[in-house]
Amino acid sequence: MAHKRREMLIDPLVDNNPITLQVLGICSALAVTSSLQVAFVMSIAVTFVTAFSSMFISMIRNQIPGSIRIIVQMVVIASLVILVDQMLKAFAFEISKTLSVFVGLIITNCIVMGRAEAFAMKNPPIDSFIDGVGNGLGYGLILMLVGVIRELFGSGSLFGVTILETVNNGGWYVPNGLLLLPPSAFFIIGLIIWAFRAWKPEQVEEREYKIQTVEAH
Amino acid sequence: MGLRNFFDRIEPNFEKGGKWEKYFPIYEMVESFLYTPKTVTTVAPHARSYIDMKRIMTYVVMATIPCILMALYNTGYQTNLAIAEFGASGWRAAIIETLGIGFNAANPLANMLHGLLYFLPIYIVTLVAGGIFEVVFATIRKHEVNEGFLVSSMLYALIVPATTPLWQVALGIIFGVVIGKEVFGGTGKNFLNPALTGRAFLYFAYPAQLSGDSVWVPVDGFTGATALAVSASEGYEALAARGMDWWSSFYGFVPGSMGETSTLACILGLIFLLATRIANYRMVVGCLAGMIGFSLLLNWIGSDTNPMFAMPWYWHLVLGGYAFGLVFMVTEPVSGAHTNMGRYIYGALIGFMVVMIRVINPAFPEGMMLAILFGNVFAPLIDYFVVQANIKRRARRNV
Repeated sequence: MAHKRREMLIDPLVDNNPITLQVLGICSALAVTSSLQVAFVMSIAVTFVTAFSSMFISMIRNQIPGSIRIIVQMVVIASLVILVDQMLKAFAFEISKTLSVFVGLIITNCIVMGRAEAFAMKNPPIDSFIDGVGNGLGYGLILMLVGVIRELFGSGSLFGVTILETVNNGGWYVPNGLLLLPPSAFFIIGLIIWAFRAWKPEQVEEREYKIQTVEAH
Repeated sequence: MGLRNFFDRIEPNFEKGGKWEKYFPIYEMVESFLYTPKTVTTVAPHARSYIDMKRIMTYVVMATIPCILMALYNTGYQTNLAIAEFGASGWRAAIIETLGIGFNAANPLANMLHGLLYFLPIYIVTLVAGGIFEVVFATIRKHEVNEGFLVSSMLYALIVPATTPLWQVALGIIFGVVIGKEVFGGTGKNFLNPALTGRAFLYFAYPAQLSGDSVWVPVDGFTGATALAVSASEGYEALAARGMDWWSSFYGFVPGSMGETSTLACILGLIFLLATRIANYRMVVGCLAGMIGFSLLLNWIGSDTNPMFAMPWYWHLVLGGYAFGLVFMVTEPVSGAHTNMGRYIYGALIGFMVVMIRVINPAFPEGMMLAILFGNVFAPLIDYFVVQANIKRRARRNV
């Protein structure tokens, strides 16, 4: 059992990553990764929500009528998101302002809903909690990777600490403005998916078509 | 033929089982660049034509020759004009002084040489940086390097400003080759124009070096807006006061990206491409119609606050990158629409979008690059609807 739980935690990091393999939660990954600090807070928030929503839904899974289960799941998730939102407003107001609507939009993050529906409805609470933490960390891992690339090359710093002195401040580094725009996260996530699938070829999907070759006579 | 013998002698090493089997794409690239490819179609259907990819791509490179000459001349001309006012500096000035040619803007030879000293470094960096990535992909993916890259690199070098730092030139073409072409499977499978993808990357990544008033003429201290930027702020009538009349824009003696200022040179290229039927006239007609139609409509609507509304279509034609884009990028067969009806629509969409961006969007004075990329993205959709309409029409006939 312990072995299985460790797998639940580690599997979503690379082998079954919610962003790179299931391609969920892309919207917030584009929006909040231009600075590492914000990406970090977002990762923690999503991990918290996924873990606890999965746990609570799993606790009441046998009482939820099938026909209204989505609404019940939404209520649990929404309550947790409001909790996170209020916490951020109270203790990290600056970051909460940068994250703006994206904290509220954790409700619509497919990863949270997906884990609740696919895992928590069928598994006991502790397993569901670990699964939620694992998926939150998988999401966070990609967010941090994208955040490192975007902040380091886009504004020459990491967590707001200057690493590459930019030209405007008298240094040598010319920041890449494209990386501060959300579309750059598309390229970076695409390249990360490419790298992951080159590393683990079993993640490559089967082609939807087959190129036919005709042998020469 | 000593060279042919040399190739024939070393060829077995690169074939299957040879000791350098892995490097076959590189051998193939050099060999097919120098000689006609030996490969023939082995399976049916056997359509016979003299037009192969090598010929198409070579023709496009040939069509850019007038633009290259104008790029050399005009870059040197603009630089020499500015040097008369601000003085010369840098290694290029040192070379020219050593040769004793001088900075006289009235001397065509001095202009050509000075232009060459700006164009050549950019072109060489483009070829080397992009070429390395082409060869890496070709070696790993086991496809061939073909003359398509010559076209992309030439077009790319012609659409960047002369002041672009060389490392940015390299980054741009690498992005264009990898993201614009190779990730989709290489030449013939790209849905975006690689040269424009690279240029767009530079435009958004390094706006300070790729747009604004001081980038078009490579002399310290010189600032001069492009004709389009002037038109956007003061109206096209103000151009005359800055010495840019319609004819000088048509001939190309105005500041701008290196190869795209001269409408005349582009038209020469267009005539060549249309005569050899490399370019499809439908796209050109569509693009002209879209541009002329929409600018006439905007002229008619008019605006008190935005002087661009009043700009007539024949000014749109000669300013900025419209002519260059029309000739060499709208007509690119791979990223454009593939049905005849679709080609008209595709061209018209680009013509409409370029006027739309130039006139109505205040953020971008020039819109040809974005309009073409926009058209590229829509091309498959246009084709889909044209094909569906045809299926419906034929189905109705057969009730």
